[in-house]
Amino acid sequence: MWQWLVRLYHRLGSPKWFYEMTERWIFWLALAAGGSAIVGLVLGLLYAPADYQQGDSFRIIYIHVPAALLAQSAYMMMAVAGAVYLIWRMKMAAWVAKVIAPVGAAFCLIALLTGAIWGKPTWGTWWVWDARLTSMLMLLFLYFGVMALQQAMESEEASYKAGAILALVGLVNIPIIKYSVEWWNTLHQPATLKLTEKPSMHPDMLWPLLIMIVSTYLFFALVVILRTRNEILWHERKRQWVRKILES
Amino acid sequence: MTPQQGAQQTLLSASELYCERDDRVLFEGLSLSISDGELIQLAGPNGAGKTTLLRLLAGLNRDFNGQLLWHNAPMTTVYSEYAHHRLYMGHLSAVKKSLTALENLRWLTAQDKASEEELWDALEQVALAGYEHTPCLQLSAGQQRRVALARLKVSKAPLWILDEPFTALDKDGVSWLERELQSHVSNGGAVIITSHHALEGIPGLRRIELGGVA
Amino acid sequence: MSLVRATVRRDLLLAARNPGEWANPLMFFLMVAALFPMAVDPNPEFLSKIAGGVIWVAALLATLLSLDSLYRADVEDGSLEQWLASGESLYAMSLGKALVHWCISGLPLTLMSPLLGVMLHLPEHAYFALFISLAVGTPVLSLLGAVGAALTASLRSGGLLLTLLILPLYVPVLIFAASAVYHAGIGMAYNGQVAMLGAMLALALALTPFAAGAALKLNLSR
Repeated sequence: MWQWLVRLYHRLGSPKWFYEMTERWIFWLALAAGGSAIVGLVLGLLYAPADYQQGDSFRIIYIHVPAALLAQSAYMMMAVAGAVYLIWRMKMAAWVAKVIAPVGAAFCLIALLTGAIWGKPTWGTWWVWDARLTSMLMLLFLYFGVMALQQAMESEEASYKAGAILALVGLVNIPIIKYSVEWWNTLHQPATLKLTEKPSMHPDMLWPLLIMIVSTYLFFALVVILRTRNEILWHERKRQWVRKILES
Repeated sequence: MTPQQGAQQTLLSASELYCERDDRVLFEGLSLSISDGELIQLAGPNGAGKTTLLRLLAGLNRDFNGQLLWHNAPMTTVYSEYAHHRLYMGHLSAVKKSLTALENLRWLTAQDKASEEELWDALEQVALAGYEHTPCLQLSAGQQRRVALARLKVSKAPLWILDEPFTALDKDGVSWLERELQSHVSNGGAVIITSHHALEGIPGLRRIELGGVA
Repeated sequence: MSLVRATVRRDLLLAARNPGEWANPLMFFLMVAALFPMAVDPNPEFLSKIAGGVIWVAALLATLLSLDSLYRADVEDGSLEQWLASGESLYAMSLGKALVHWCISGLPLTLMSPLLGVMLHLPEHAYFALFISLAVGTPVLSLLGAVGAALTASLRSGGLLLTLLILPLYVPVLIFAASAVYHAGIGMAYNGQVAMLGAMLALALALTPFAAGAALKLNLSR
């Protein structure tokens, strides 16, 4: 098992191997992401029962919750990839961390927008200083910080390292921010989905949500792989194997 | 392993250094070693990587391939010992303008455990007697350079790594520094230096030309 | 450690020679706090409710202003090179620099805060909470801010960028500190909030110098 992991690590570290391997994955990933999105949305929007309090407006959770979950785990992945780069100097990890940042920020923005749209019928205003929305907003700021720093650095290597350091500092801070914001605003709805507790949702509502979460993660993987492939082509443009691809 | 009297001892050796910056190879397959009593002058056109090589030899920059040995031990493993036995001066002199010459020298020599008299002495040697309590703001560029160079008189490090030390010095300053280099080398010290200045008459002088591979 | 000690001494001396560097942010602190009554409402009853929050926001902004210069000069004049060349621990160096920064920004802010309390009609029993929250909270601001200052030290537009990087990280400190002052004002216990600030200080002391030290190395131009 350990040997297998070491081998996988070395392979992932090789841009060429990654590029050739993912060539085969793209189609299946796209199919799985698209298929599960259709199933999830049809089930969620047409078949799940309406909420007894919120009516049909609750159905936005099929976008909102997956986006919010993904935005948080994307930040974690970005920080971990940055750490891998800082410790083992693996270029691939730096490229992955770099391409994750804007994608994660986009999902964060989606979560915030859908949260606002959801808030209008539920609370009667577009924005409420709800704990979860507020920590989402802070997460968006953290993403902006990493992206702005990477933009500003002059050398590419320094931009990777600086981004990684900031992402790691942010990673340590996220739980503290979340905790403090929740403490600050104890007047909020209980989290829609708690993985550790028995979900309080009706199974017919829950299943589409789980499918949508899986679908969003698949979509995220697809986008990150595609963007990483672009980075690989750009950085390895002088290598023989890339030239061959570009010429064909 | 105590070195025999008169036998030269290798202080620092570098082998097969390879370094690239922004997809440009600065040098590859570069090897050099320096023993006590030697002075190496790195020469080459602007952008040839002189400062990069100097920082790399000083241990400031770890972003390269190849091997660096200090007394036959990998430099990174003995870095704090190495740091105490080599003196590095970049082309920036780390002199704060609002502090006096003496205060600046005190900071620059913080690791040398020098006494106050030694500091006053060193300032006198670089012709700054009477300026000890003058803020460096009021000193000329050359005088500020002398404040930084005064630490050569205080330091006991055998290996000096100097980046363009002649910059901004006047005629007297240049000849003073030449004498210093010479006496350091003849006392068993070693120097690695980048300079466009023509160094002559120093025993053990070697020139290494950079920029051949770029 | 000798260079770390020498640097702490040199930085304090520099601060004494250039009082503007640390006095200007203090002036800013005072002026920002004075804007609120004019912009919102000078009614003492209203002011006493928001005083803690306003003072804390002003302290936070003043800290950010003074952070930009923390490492900039050292990077530009070659002091950074000498730190790296000295072989001394960058952890200790960053900790020392953050300590000096607190001495010339957080400490005077803390000492000045009662004055602002009077101006903003802070409830009487909240003064101690304000003082203690600033004393424990501002070192966290200095430590976290030092990471941002190290990351942006060699960038031309570093000051504004630093603010963007660091502000979200300051949110927990702001929340607990302002709430400590508010709760003290309405006569409730606030030791929980101060304990949280203390925990954050311990965490920041242990971790941020690593990040700042790693970030400092990025400023050595190649």
